[in-house]
Amino acid sequence: MSARQQLHIRTPEGIVFSQTLAGPVARAVAWIVDVLTIGAAISLLQTILMAFDALSPGIGLTLFVLAYFIVSLGYFIFLEWRLRGQTLGKRLLRLRVVDAEGMRLQFNQIVIRNLLRFVDDLPLLYFLGGLVCWFNGRSQRLGDIAANTVVIRLSQVGQPDLSQLLAGKFNSLRLYPHLAARLRQQVGPAEAAVALQAIMRRDEFNPVARVLLFGELARHFAAKVEFPADATEGQADEQYIRNVVDVVYRPRVETGTARANASMMS
Amino acid sequence: MIIDLERFLNQERSAWAELEAMLDRLEAEPGERLSLHQLRHFHELYERASAALAKITTFSAEPQTRRYLEILVARAYAEIHETRGRRQRFRFYDWLSRELPQTFRRNVRAFWLSLAITMVGCLFGGLAIGLDPDSKPVLMPFAGLMQDPAKRVAQEEKADHPKIEGNKAPFAAELMTHNIKVSILTLALGMTFGLGTIIMLFYNGVILGAVAVDYLRAGQAKFLFGWLLPHGAIEIPSILIAGQAGLLLAGALIGWGRRVPLAQRLREISRELLTLIGGFSLLLVWAGFVESFLSQYHEPVLPYAVKIAFGLFELGLLTLFLAKSGSKPVPAAPPP
Repeated sequence: MSARQQLHIRTPEGIVFSQTLAGPVARAVAWIVDVLTIGAAISLLQTILMAFDALSPGIGLTLFVLAYFIVSLGYFIFLEWRLRGQTLGKRLLRLRVVDAEGMRLQFNQIVIRNLLRFVDDLPLLYFLGGLVCWFNGRSQRLGDIAANTVVIRLSQVGQPDLSQLLAGKFNSLRLYPHLAARLRQQVGPAEAAVALQAIMRRDEFNPVARVLLFGELARHFAAKVEFPADATEGQADEQYIRNVVDVVYRPRVETGTARANASMMS
Repeated sequence: MIIDLERFLNQERSAWAELEAMLDRLEAEPGERLSLHQLRHFHELYERASAALAKITTFSAEPQTRRYLEILVARAYAEIHETRGRRQRFRFYDWLSRELPQTFRRNVRAFWLSLAITMVGCLFGGLAIGLDPDSKPVLMPFAGLMQDPAKRVAQEEKADHPKIEGNKAPFAAELMTHNIKVSILTLALGMTFGLGTIIMLFYNGVILGAVAVDYLRAGQAKFLFGWLLPHGAIEIPSILIAGQAGLLLAGALIGWGRRVPLAQRLREISRELLTLIGGFSLLLVWAGFVESFLSQYHEPVLPYAVKIAFGLFELGLLTLFLAKSGSKPVPAAPPP
């Protein structure tokens, strides 16, 4: 992913964290969903409020004019405030408005970014705002610049659970602790991450790609440290890579697993 | 060196879960105050998560854990490093009597500039219509204003009731919403480095000046003031306040002679803008009512003197409010 699509924030503690910025297309789709929602709400209100004309002529129209104004303007403000930076469209597209400096989003910012839609919308259909958003390094429209906000993509990330992957199963590579230690020394974080991701996402690949990928990875890691044949004999490439990941990410084995490995050795 | 991921996760997992739970609570209840002990613990958890992020970034490229920590640290960072005050309960009376007039006065130079631009527009419109009466369709292309002033006054004074009789409420609603939208646009155009705001103010001035000179030339001064003052005394200052906000925005955008980053300049004025928006919207709601329910009545139904006096009274009250309200220091609360 290019640096242009990421918002990097450096904390005073020197830690850098990044947020993935939403591009103009995703934002446009979210906006269309919101406009359709507003349209539906206004149609419903029109049906309900115009019925008040039966009570007194003009009252239904008055209520409708006010409701139209409040809904069309207030929809974005109200929802972004209540749903912490999200409207229905943004929620659907997994987008969120956040402060550009990583601070807490304030009500002032929400109001300003939404009222400035009037200028972003010029001459029509968000042409100006879209143009600015397209060329802006942080994909901000004019309202975002004024309010110092950005729209980010959300990723649903819970606490990582590697227990299934790194569970204490028998690992033949651990039968040779000195070679396992050398493997840990030889493998860098980036290549280790590739192997880990391949194992974690193995069910997402089609069968042919899966075989090819693990074959290539197995050749790559086998070239780093050569284990005796009895440690790898009869092992599928995928099993070999699982063992490599286990060795690299779990240097210390629990006593039970060590015992199991030792008994296998004897 | 690659981190022992399993051990690392087992060691840190509970601290992350605790930080996540605290963040959920703080985000759900923004008014919640933490005790000093809780605050210290929260900060400790944040620092621990930050350290974990630094560690995993350096010693492992495992993306899921890294992403999880980035999100956690980002959320905690927003809570810890936010220096702007937490929002307090909104008190309408305090806002109206103190915050609005004080904000107006703090930025009064932008208001004077907004007034000056409008006056230049008025002068231009007045001169143009005075020198070339045929320019009327270009200067004010609105059906209601195209008519000969004397004829219009005669028609209005002959009628027992205004043309909008029976539709005053929808008319008032239309006026309010339309004027608020125009005012917001005037403000928003500040993002064009003020150029759009200046054009809007100037054009408003041109129409105002042209209408005024057109009616004055026709000898309809009393009608003009009686017609415009009741709602104009509030509506025109509202547009000027919208212009003031737009110029304030443009000033922050340009940042003349200020060595402060753009984001900070814009951050500084965001509350001011919101207050001014609230102010002119409120005034325009009032102006909409007056224009629909009062301005449309003319002599002999409603004497012009009464309408003019009402308009001047409103203008005086507004001036007094903006100049004086909230200027007294708030007395300190008595000790408990």
